[in-house]
Amino acid sequence: MPFGNTHNNFKLNYTVDQEFPDLSKHNNHMAKALTKDIYAKLRDKQTPSGYTLDDVIQTGVDNPGHPFIMTVGCVAGDEESYDVFKDLLDPVISDRHGGYKPTDKHKTDLNFENLKGGDDLDPNYVLSSRVRTGRSIKGFTLPPHNSRGERRAIEKLSVEALTSLDGEFKGKYYPLKSMTDAEQEQLIADHFLFDKPVSPLLTCAGMARDWPDGRGIWHNDNKTFLVWVNEEDHLRVISMQKGGNMREVFRRFCVGLQKIEEIFKKHNHGFMWNEHLGYILTCPSNLGTGLRGGVHVKLAKLSTHPKFEEILKRLRLQKRGTGGVDTASVGGVFDISNADRLGSSEVEQVQLVVDGVKLMVEMEKKLEKGEAIDSMIPAQK
Amino acid sequence: MAGSFQRLISGRGTAVLLAGLGAGTMATGFLLSEKGSLAAEVKSKLYPPSCDFPDLRKHNNCMASALTPAIYAKLRDKLTPNNWTLDQCIQTGVDNPGHPFIKTVGCVAGDEESYEVFADLFNPVIKDRHNGYDPKTMTHPTDLDSSKITNGVFDDNYVLSSRVRTGRSIRGLSLPPACSRAERREVERVTVTALDGLKGDLSGRYYSLGDMTEKEQQQLIDDHFLFDKPVSPLLTCAFMARDWPDARGIWHNNEKTFLIWVNEEDHTRVISMEKGGNMKRVFERFCRGLKQVEHLIQERGWEFMWNKHLGYILTCPSNLGTGLRAGVHVRLPKLSKDQRFPKILENLRLQKRGTGGVDTAATGDTFDISNLDRLGKSEVELVQLVVDGVNYLIECEKKLEKGQDIKVPAPIAQFKK
Repeated sequence: MPFGNTHNNFKLNYTVDQEFPDLSKHNNHMAKALTKDIYAKLRDKQTPSGYTLDDVIQTGVDNPGHPFIMTVGCVAGDEESYDVFKDLLDPVISDRHGGYKPTDKHKTDLNFENLKGGDDLDPNYVLSSRVRTGRSIKGFTLPPHNSRGERRAIEKLSVEALTSLDGEFKGKYYPLKSMTDAEQEQLIADHFLFDKPVSPLLTCAGMARDWPDGRGIWHNDNKTFLVWVNEEDHLRVISMQKGGNMREVFRRFCVGLQKIEEIFKKHNHGFMWNEHLGYILTCPSNLGTGLRGGVHVKLAKLSTHPKFEEILKRLRLQKRGTGGVDTASVGGVFDISNADRLGSSEVEQVQLVVDGVKLMVEMEKKLEKGEAIDSMIPAQK
Repeated sequence: MAGSFQRLISGRGTAVLLAGLGAGTMATGFLLSEKGSLAAEVKSKLYPPSCDFPDLRKHNNCMASALTPAIYAKLRDKLTPNNWTLDQCIQTGVDNPGHPFIKTVGCVAGDEESYEVFADLFNPVIKDRHNGYDPKTMTHPTDLDSSKITNGVFDDNYVLSSRVRTGRSIRGLSLPPACSRAERREVERVTVTALDGLKGDLSGRYYSLGDMTEKEQQQLIDDHFLFDKPVSPLLTCAFMARDWPDARGIWHNNEKTFLIWVNEEDHTRVISMEKGGNMKRVFERFCRGLKQVEHLIQERGWEFMWNKHLGYILTCPSNLGTGLRAGVHVRLPKLSKDQRFPKILENLRLQKRGTGGVDTAATGDTFDISNLDRLGKSEVELVQLVVDGVNYLIECEKKLEKGQDIKVPAPIAQFKK
């Protein structure tokens, strides 16, 4: 919640045992990492803006998780959360990001020219290509914690930055609270509109407060570059188009991001970033690049092959249904994207998607001809 | 320029400097961006109340009707002794604009003192919701003497069941929107210890929501006793579902006629019920049980939140005063189709709900009929009002069965001054 959380000091009248959450039925990263000792050490701490440990973990306490899906179970309220609560967040980050150590450094590479290939994915199989990331604006607290005043200031600054773009990035902002019915219909038809979060993972973290105040969608006239303002992060930046030209999607992504970053820097509100965690975002799962680069691809045969999961794992890719996270595949079409976020660069992650999808399409073609694919199965990347 | 500004803002002069520059401008943003997030104090000056005032133009709830920018500015930075804020009180009303036809309350108390510290908001909300009741000047009567009820047994051919519920809060512990896990567990401990002391027809046992077996859960569902994790955004946006199901539970007596919910929307919800139309007996058990529980907690040095202006203090302003809803499930096949039915109910100060409770539709011809009012009349007065009103409705139904005409009764007066 906004401003200082002096209510936290009041809780210190009770012992650690009295306040410690019951995590016996929980299965998320926070529940695995949080011990009574860590809770005791951190419970009287606050970030400068007043975010506390109980704020960080509330979403994980309220959502025990699923036996098969491991959710993160904690969020940051501001940039300093990752520092003040490192004793909890470092083990969570390590668990979520393949053993990433507190001393590790993260590489940022948004130079699209470093990507090899990516312009020749077969459009008979690859229906669409998309790259998304998030960005947080320095000097403001994050969506779980920010006040209405801050959220509006973020919106104002973002709109100023975005509406100053030109050329292929010339576009328009649609605030959620004042869009017309016609605009809303169009944005839904374009698959651009985001809704008030219903997932308790987000609502229990306080991210839906004051909806739809300060929220909106900006997109370019070409409908290939899109920014969500004040949803789960300050900004979510998306580059997308039909077909398999991931190279072009990534080019536009990098160029657009860099243009936007320049403008924010000019207003002295650059993006939150450090050399250990890369880009700072609300959910620890999105640290590093915050990048999910993916395609919608027809893999009707490959997806039923017994080695499908193993192949994905070795390629460092993940599958989702075509509705995004937590949805099922429709008609053999899968959303395939990079699994990693932290510890490798943007170029490296998109390269994995490009190379991996190319390989899987070739496998699909082989299976269609009734041939085996065993010799094509790659080593672990 | 950057260097000298940075040196300037590192000291206590920050607030003064900021105020001088004017809050919210890009220039001020420059000074602070290099330091990352803002300290709470600095932030509250950088964002004056006008920056944070919620957009309530599409809202229709009591909070939105009462909250002005001036009131918000006055109260935004105030804290209750438990450090609860105005923004936390109103969050549910900001997040739930309401319905064009139903006026929700739109704010909750985090503790007993909320009603005092934020009186400039709560008083007009209370006035709006409780028919003009003014907490500053009026006093609320409490009367739990059930022997005063007359004609309190209904015709069983029409009344299927009778029920009285209220809430009670334990003084000294924060309310469900604000309480920490430790406080909530303390509410549970205090309540369950007291309930274990009940004897005779009131003796029973506690079922903790987190620990109950599948079998116990099924039985409680079959008895219509089990409450679920709140899904209504009115409650979830007011932070009442945090840490579910920690320290939540249900206590009921062996006869299944006296039931207590622990840590749902209030510290405790107390319910007396039975099949059939003996409202008098239901209310008698209600009063007796409440008094015994109060005595048992007092033995251990606790008491209920109560004051002479607001009566019993509960989470939602709509439940202040008696917190009492006395009602029946009653069959009114002919009367419910008569176009005068809503007006009759209104004049009798009664409301109808579906048989699933608030926000449900009626099934068939059976309705949940209960008192509209909570504050400004005592428990005895409200229950008598329900008794007289339901008897009247049954008379109307019988008349219509015989083909006779019915009359809309004169409206009942609001408060005894």
